[in-house]
Amino acid sequence: MAKPLSPPKAKNPLLRTRVPANPPGLRSRAATGFSARAAEGILALQYCSACNAVSYPARDICANCWSDDLEWREIDSAGEILASTTLQSSTNVYFRERMPWRIGTIKLAVGAIVLAHLHVDVNTGDTVRVIARTDKSGQGVLMALPTKETPNMADDKAMRELTCDPKYRRVLVTDVRTETGQALTKALLAAGAKKVFLGVADDWKPFPGKAELESLENTEFVPLNVTLDGSVLEASKSIGAKVDILINTAQYVRPGSVMSRNGTVTAKDEMEVNYFGLHRLLQHFGPIMRSRAADGDNSAVAWVNMFSIYALSNWPAYGTASASQAAAYSLAQNARADFMGSGIKLINVLHGPLDDEWHQPLSPPKLTGNKMSGSIVAALQQGIELTFVGDIANDFKDRWREDPGVLERELAHNTHID
Amino acid sequence: MGILQQLGEAIDSGKIRSIDLTHTLDPDFPVLVLPPEFGQCQPFRIEEVSKYDERGPAWYWRNFSCNEHTGTHFDAPIHWVTGRDLPNGSVDTIAPDVFTRPACVLDFSAEASADADFILTADHIKAWESTHGEIPSGSWVLFRTDWSKRNPTDYVNLKDDGAHSPGPDGSAIRYLVEERDAMGLGVETIGTDAGQGHTFDPPYPAHALLHGAGRYGLQCLKNLDQLPATGAFLVCAPLKIKHGSGSPLRVLALVED
Repeated sequence: MAKPLSPPKAKNPLLRTRVPANPPGLRSRAATGFSARAAEGILALQYCSACNAVSYPARDICANCWSDDLEWREIDSAGEILASTTLQSSTNVYFRERMPWRIGTIKLAVGAIVLAHLHVDVNTGDTVRVIARTDKSGQGVLMALPTKETPNMADDKAMRELTCDPKYRRVLVTDVRTETGQALTKALLAAGAKKVFLGVADDWKPFPGKAELESLENTEFVPLNVTLDGSVLEASKSIGAKVDILINTAQYVRPGSVMSRNGTVTAKDEMEVNYFGLHRLLQHFGPIMRSRAADGDNSAVAWVNMFSIYALSNWPAYGTASASQAAAYSLAQNARADFMGSGIKLINVLHGPLDDEWHQPLSPPKLTGNKMSGSIVAALQQGIELTFVGDIANDFKDRWREDPGVLERELAHNTHID
Repeated sequence: MGILQQLGEAIDSGKIRSIDLTHTLDPDFPVLVLPPEFGQCQPFRIEEVSKYDERGPAWYWRNFSCNEHTGTHFDAPIHWVTGRDLPNGSVDTIAPDVFTRPACVLDFSAEASADADFILTADHIKAWESTHGEIPSGSWVLFRTDWSKRNPTDYVNLKDDGAHSPGPDGSAIRYLVEERDAMGLGVETIGTDAGQGHTFDPPYPAHALLHGAGRYGLQCLKNLDQLPATGAFLVCAPLKIKHGSGSPLRVLALVED
C-alpha cells in the first residue's frame, strides 16, 4: 500500500535548493510520437499497416516485415507483469536521488512486452493497467498500476513523479472573477490543495462570488492584473516562491471578426490579456517556478493554460479573439521549451465556448465552470499535458487533425452565431 | 517692477506656494467603467525599455500608454458629441490662456460625505456666492467633495446600479456657463458628472452642457482642501495631442499666504 503523503514541512532555510535532475531525455523521432501521445494520456503503439505487427519500442520500420508504414493506434491498457525488480543504484542522477526504484516487464494484451515503472501496489504476476505519461524530461514512459483503486494510490512515489496532483500543493489561480476561476478554487481545495492564491485585478470593481471566496479557508487574495507588468511583477515577488502550480484563468473574449470591428482597441485588449498576460506571467513567475522544480517536498510542478479551441483554427465569429488565442498558444509552445529540463509540466487545456456572458447567444453545448475546473484538476491529477474539454473541443480536435485545410474552410462558412 | 517679476519674487520668498492637485499616474488608479460592450478607458500602463542593463547599459526609460482620460486629466469640448463641431475644441487648438486662470473652490465635502449621490445645483452655487462673492468671469470652478481621499473601492463606489459619486445637475452647469461665464468645472471624482449622471435630464449634464458651450473639464483632482475658496490661480496645460479629446496633465494651484 502506498504510504499516505504527509503535509510537507516548512523548508529548512539552511538547506540549498537543489537544481532539477532529469531522467534520460533523448528519444528518436519515432519515439517522440509515443511521447506526444503520452502527453495526452493516450497509450498508443505502432502497428504495421502491411503485416499488422505491433512495434515496441517505437521504430522507423517494422521489425517483422521491414515496411516503413507504421501507424500509431491507441491500445488496450491491460497487461500482466512478467518480471519486476527494484533498482538500488543508477548512474543517472535523477534516479540516484530517488532510489530504490521499481521497474518491470509487462506483457500487454495486444502482445507487446514493454518496460514500465511500477506502482508500489503491483507485483510480478499481477494483472495491471498500463498508462502512458510524460516524465520529468517531457518524454513518454509507461507505468503499471493496479486495476482497481487502492488506498492512497495517487500518493505512490513513482506516480507522483508523473503527475501534478494538487494535494498538499500551493496553487495560484490568476483570475477568480471568472466562473471557472471560482469553481477551480473550490475544486482545488476539495482535491487537497494546501493553499490557493486568488488573483484579482482591479479590486475596486465588485464581482459576483467574491463573498463566497472570502469565506473559504486556505485561500489568500493576491492583487494581480495580467495586463500590467508591474502588477504581475509585484505578485511574483510576493508569492512567486510559494507557487507550486500556476493556473492561468485570465481570458478576454469578445465576439466579432476583424472587418466587423471598428479599430484595434478591442483586439488589443484581447491580446493584452490573452497573449501579453501569459507573456508577463511567464516572465515573472516562470523563472522562479523553474528554480523551484526540485525544491524537496514543496516543488513547483505545473503550469496550466486555458485556451479556446479556436486557437488551433480561427472561428471568424470570434475572429480576433481566436487570433489572440492562437498567439498565446504559440507562446505556450515556447514556454514548454523554456520549462524543459526543469521537470515542470506545461499543461494546455483546450476548450469550446464557455457558458459565460460573451458566449450568451451561442446554442449549447457550452462549458460550465464546474466542467472546466473538473477537467483542469483531472489533468493535474493524471499528469496530462494536453486535454480537450467538452464535445465541441474534441470534435474540433478530430477535424483539425484529420485535415486543417478543410476545417479552416468549414469555419469560414460558419461565421454566424446561432 | 512688473507683475511677473513680483510673482517670481513672491514664489521665491514663499509668499506664493504651488499646490499640486494631481494624482500620480499609477497603473492601479481606477478608470471610468462603462458597460462592457462599449470601448473601455485604458488604465495607465508602463513597460520598461531599459534600466542600466543589456537593453541600455547607462540609461533607464520606459514606454507608457493610457487613454486621454486616464488619471488626473483635462476634458476638451470635442470629448462630447455636443462639442464636436466647435472651433478650437481639441487640446491642441485651445487658446493657451485657458490653462492659466483663477479658481474658485466650492466646498461641499460635508454634503458629499453625507450623501454619495449629492447633486450640486444652481441654488447651491448661489448660496456659496452669498458667502464668498460672485464667481469672477473666466474662472475655473473647483467642486470640492474630498472624494480624492477615499480608497479606490469607495472612490469609484460601484453598486449593482452603477457608480455613486457626487456631481452637478443641469441647473448648476447652466448657471456657471450662462450666468458666470466659467472657464470650466474641476472635480475630484472620476468624471465631471455624478456617478448616476446617466439618469439625469439631460444625461451627463456636465459633459453635455459644458462641452456644448465650449468649456472644459478637469477630473481626478486632489488637494482641493488646501485651497482657499477664492484667490487661487490654476495652471493646467494638457499635452498638445493632435485632435486630442483630453489629456492627463499636471494641475498646479498657486496660493498666496
